[in-house]
Amino acid sequence: MKLAFRIALRFLTTNKGQTILIALGIAVGISVQIFIGSLIQGLQISLVDATIGRSSHITVLPSDKNASLEGYQDKLALLIKTYPEITAATPTLTKGAFLALDDSDNTEQVLIRGIEFSSAQQIYQFDDALVDGKLPSSLAEVVVGIDLANSNGLAIGDSLELVIPERVKAVQEAAQEATLKGTKSEVDTTETIKIVGIMDFKVAAINSSWILGSLQDVQAFFSLDDSQVSAIEMQISSPFDADMLADSMLQNKDFDKATFENVKFDNWKAQNGQLLSGLSGQSTSSYIIQVFVVISVVLAIASVLAISVLQKSRQLGILKAMGISDPVASLVFLWQGVMLGILGGFFGILLGLGLLWSFTNFALKPDGTPVVPIYINVQFILLSGGIAVLSATLASVMPALKSRKLSVIEVIKNG
Amino acid sequence: MADIITLRGVDKIYGTQIKTQVLHQVDLAIEANSFTSIIGASGSGKSTLLNIIGTLDRPTHGEVTIANQRADTLNMAQLAKLRNQTIGFIFQFHYLLPEFTAFENVMMPHFIKSGKFDRKLEKRAHELMDLVGLTKVKGNLAGNMSGGQQQRTAIARALINTPDIILADEPTGNLDSDTTEVIYDLLRDIHRTTSTTFVIITHDRRIAEKADRIIEVKDGRIFSDFSR
Repeated sequence: MKLAFRIALRFLTTNKGQTILIALGIAVGISVQIFIGSLIQGLQISLVDATIGRSSHITVLPSDKNASLEGYQDKLALLIKTYPEITAATPTLTKGAFLALDDSDNTEQVLIRGIEFSSAQQIYQFDDALVDGKLPSSLAEVVVGIDLANSNGLAIGDSLELVIPERVKAVQEAAQEATLKGTKSEVDTTETIKIVGIMDFKVAAINSSWILGSLQDVQAFFSLDDSQVSAIEMQISSPFDADMLADSMLQNKDFDKATFENVKFDNWKAQNGQLLSGLSGQSTSSYIIQVFVVISVVLAIASVLAISVLQKSRQLGILKAMGISDPVASLVFLWQGVMLGILGGFFGILLGLGLLWSFTNFALKPDGTPVVPIYINVQFILLSGGIAVLSATLASVMPALKSRKLSVIEVIKNG
Repeated sequence: MADIITLRGVDKIYGTQIKTQVLHQVDLAIEANSFTSIIGASGSGKSTLLNIIGTLDRPTHGEVTIANQRADTLNMAQLAKLRNQTIGFIFQFHYLLPEFTAFENVMMPHFIKSGKFDRKLEKRAHELMDLVGLTKVKGNLAGNMSGGQQQRTAIARALINTPDIILADEPTGNLDSDTTEVIYDLLRDIHRTTSTTFVIITHDRRIAEKADRIIEVKDGRIFSDFSR
């Protein structure tokens, strides 16, 4: 083993030019693999992040669309206790309403969302999304989407009337009753809210319709008690396991039946089929490219090492005449493969990182951020280095076997 | 003294479709510690005979016994070990490894024996290189030496593992007559000081006559066998 290593090392160091060329060949292949792999991973991560980074991975909803989720506190506590995979969980109450604009005949349809800001922060990262003002801290304070604010000329400090559709019928009834009694109805369809912040969630549909207030406020607006919400939203540690985890929640027999009666567990994967198939198509094409790069590296090394067996056949014959055994002679070529792989892998990683660095520094969008955010995955890069060593070793198997067949007498006879 | 090399009924046929018989029923016994030369014209089969004795080639028929081991029945690994530990080769072309220095070439059979580059026999290697007059070129790469120096390196290499047998195929065939004389005197000196058996192929009768026994091979048969 040691002898074969030393001989292999000497063969490589005496033919420096050839050794550098082969190592460069491997390095270029591996750097392309690292570059493409990191690019695709970066692209996928940014796509997934943009899609689900600020949204719920698993959502607990009432089975009946129009019903409320009752006793959410018990459900939330039980889920967090049972599933350590849950990284964030928050109750939300989402209702449709109308915003009365200056001219009271004119209204804008909005989505008012009651949020428990402390627990929802982890999912929605309000701090980042807040472009102006602050988060609501006292009663009836809200933040609005940036497009909603811009298109209607809303600004921080404005007080607005929110029309609660659920109250219209009650108001009509109260008005009839009051008319009959000859009194004045005190039931009103509107609530006054004050804008304290403006948010940009980078999604037009959200920016043009969301109004966020405290959970208590919205519960009060819609005459709900403090255990009623519309959903529990959760993020989990491995977003791609959302479907499996949601299934396991649905089928968990340890759960008290009453607590999770008439609820369903939605997950982001079920709602984003197209994105998922796009991602998997992208992964597949990336794998195919990487496989072909590896194949070309293997073929290149194998052909060069095969020529090297021919080049070194005289030396092999001499060593065999002196009594080197066939396995040791084969090991000489295997070691050459391993060393070329290590050398090529090392330079391939450096070259790959260099390519990634240039890409993130020179291929930029007008705002100065990279066209595609690169994701440096140390494990993937080490794996690519490992592939270089493995493929070079694999490529040297054929020449190694060929060296066994080399006849001493042929070499001695033919010089 | 007992025989260290014995050949019984050895045939060697090359080719499968067109068969060429190079050796015919060769019977030969060589005593330990003897100095034997094999002579013969080009194509007479003497090199084939030496290659079979050296276990580099296998006989088509017949028995070959080297240092009490039936070489014709051993597998490749056993043959490699036998060659490494019992036989030292000196070829017409020095067959040094160009990637290694003269000193490393001399050490190579020992490295093969121990399986690693160790320093155990360094002292012996230095002594052998001094003996063959290579004191000044020990660190030279094999390619950076004269023909005579290369052949001396090959001789020192053949001796490093203290083999029982040294087989030399035209060891001076490539050298000028002065160097040839020096190399033969060197081989005789080594023979005198060690208990090694020498079998040397040459086509030069003058050189052959320096041996204790001269075997002449003609058309694949032992034509004459003369001992002094």
